[in-house]
Amino acid sequence: MAESVLPESVLSVRDLVVEIPTRHAVLRPVDKVSFDIAAGEILGVVGESGAGKSMTGNAVIGLLDRPAHIASGEIWLNGQRVDNLRRDQIRSVRGKEIGMVFQDPLTSLNPLLPIGEQLTETILEHLPVSKQEAEDRAVAALEEVGIPAAAARINSYPHEFSGGMRQRVVIALALCAEPSLVIADEPTTALDVSVQAQIIALLKQLCRERGTAVMLVTHDMGVIAEAVDRVAVMYAGRLAELGPVREVLTRPAHPYTRGLMASTPLASKGHKRLNQIPGAMPPLARLPKGCAFHPRCPEVQDRCLGDPGPTLAGCGGRAACWFAAEEVA
Amino acid sequence: MSALVAVKNLTRIFDVSKPWLNRLLEGKPKAFLHAVSDVSFEIEERSVYALVGESGSGKSTIGKMVVRLLAPSDGVIEIEGVDLFREADRDRVEKIRTDIQMVFQDPYASLNPRWRVRDIIAEPVTARGGKADGLAERLLEQVGLAASDASKYPHEFSGGQRQRICVARALASEPKLIVCDEPTSALDVSVQAQVLNLMSDLKEEFGLTYLFISHDLTVVEHMADRIGVLYLGRLVEEAPRDALFESPKHPYTQMLFAAAPKLDGFGREVAPPKGEIPDPINPPNGCAYHPRCPFAIDRCTQERPEMRQLGQNRVACHVAE
Repeated sequence: MAESVLPESVLSVRDLVVEIPTRHAVLRPVDKVSFDIAAGEILGVVGESGAGKSMTGNAVIGLLDRPAHIASGEIWLNGQRVDNLRRDQIRSVRGKEIGMVFQDPLTSLNPLLPIGEQLTETILEHLPVSKQEAEDRAVAALEEVGIPAAAARINSYPHEFSGGMRQRVVIALALCAEPSLVIADEPTTALDVSVQAQIIALLKQLCRERGTAVMLVTHDMGVIAEAVDRVAVMYAGRLAELGPVREVLTRPAHPYTRGLMASTPLASKGHKRLNQIPGAMPPLARLPKGCAFHPRCPEVQDRCLGDPGPTLAGCGGRAACWFAAEEVA
Repeated sequence: MSALVAVKNLTRIFDVSKPWLNRLLEGKPKAFLHAVSDVSFEIEERSVYALVGESGSGKSTIGKMVVRLLAPSDGVIEIEGVDLFREADRDRVEKIRTDIQMVFQDPYASLNPRWRVRDIIAEPVTARGGKADGLAERLLEQVGLAASDASKYPHEFSGGQRQRICVARALASEPKLIVCDEPTSALDVSVQAQVLNLMSDLKEEFGLTYLFISHDLTVVEHMADRIGVLYLGRLVEEAPRDALFESPKHPYTQMLFAAAPKLDGFGREVAPPKGEIPDPINPPNGCAYHPRCPFAIDRCTQERPEMRQLGQNRVACHVAE
């Protein structure tokens, strides 16, 4: 992988390390993570809870809660470095350049303000437009995300919408300042299957029409398969595998990805036993030396136990596994 | 094989009216929510019956009524031929109630944080005055944990381990039927696989019957022998697993299957389903699915379809064939 920042990518993350100092040790929920997202591309980030996927998203948009902080690494957005901005400077990036869609649409909207007011507030904050124009844009944004009778519902409060409609409002809110990057953190996890299909289709369509880059954080492999162009698999704060979605899902190179795919109840398998990965992801305070996956790995060898652990860059770029290179080739 | 559970015309209505003063001032009538309407199905002994549906479809309400956490408004639930709500013989009711246990969705909320695991697991036995020496230790080993875990507290375990403890507790009274309400939806995929495998193994070992409630079609397809699909409190389709997945007859089932993300659906572009689940307090006339149904005809807006047999499937639809 090229160490330089790719010119055409909207977001470039280089060797990002997030640390949480605690009384006993310094934890690393994100450890040397590097990836790019191009304009109009959807990058999926999958992993189990605690793998660091949300933490990566929050680091990009500058929403890490203290004491978590970026310890090293660089984040570039449209050629501008954003990881070392001051708090007041990041405010002009957040919302304007990066939109965010959270998991729970009810808690990401202000319950006391009509949705129109929340939209115009965001537009006025970030775009040089008049109040009237901001209101027109708010209606247009709601129409774009498929809210029927948008002009009439602009004065409705969040509780007057259903879960799916609320998530559409959140997406409108994330997109109304025309950001070049949208981070969607489990946007459909709280929704029903039929509504999930609607929201995913909407995200894909908006991304394609506007050329917005999307970072889609989810734990659902099915959503990944259908929605994203490339996928990053995270394990214990590190990137385990990164590649085009079809490649990663049909020919996984990392033993963890293979285990994950095999443990998903697939339609064709019927009553056969599911493959299970023994054990559980280790807590950050007790990460093993070398490759973090080695205690659970069926193909573990001596080299996996020693320092330094495998990285994407050190193992051919596709998977952070010493023995992945030959399988990809 | 005989039916262990027989559910007949089960109905549950919740009164969701505002307080009487508000109703008086606003001139509003009482409001009722039909969470479950006229649902009938049977569960064979030693089989897995799954109820699937989206939120508000009534699947958890049915589960709660089967374990008797809720009383039905109408209809009958017979377990081993005994109607627990109408049976006069208390001893018989008590005996059968030990045969039913439940595993809940959230393993963080369903274990008392101040009790030791030993006491949690033994409670179904000790609460009835039984002796539970060494029971917790034995069950812990059965569900893949260590006997020494019995003196720990729930917070010392991960989500998957907690769900194993919940399963161990459910096994303590040697039940025949376990109602599992979304047992793996709070778990990660690799942990979910461990718990599902455990549940399959225990079913074989103890000859258990599961009523498995889930919204996840892949999990249901993996676990269930027979599946009932619920929409807005009504059973819209019921069939053996293979028949249902090979040829879903009801338009709602077809929509649900099409909308579920597929692992091999790379770049799949499907027209997303129309509309959302309607307000259950004022459900549409006729077939509740007709406003979203692509095949709806006039009759669907007027007349509620009755369940009818169609091959191996039972379907409540006027147009399905």
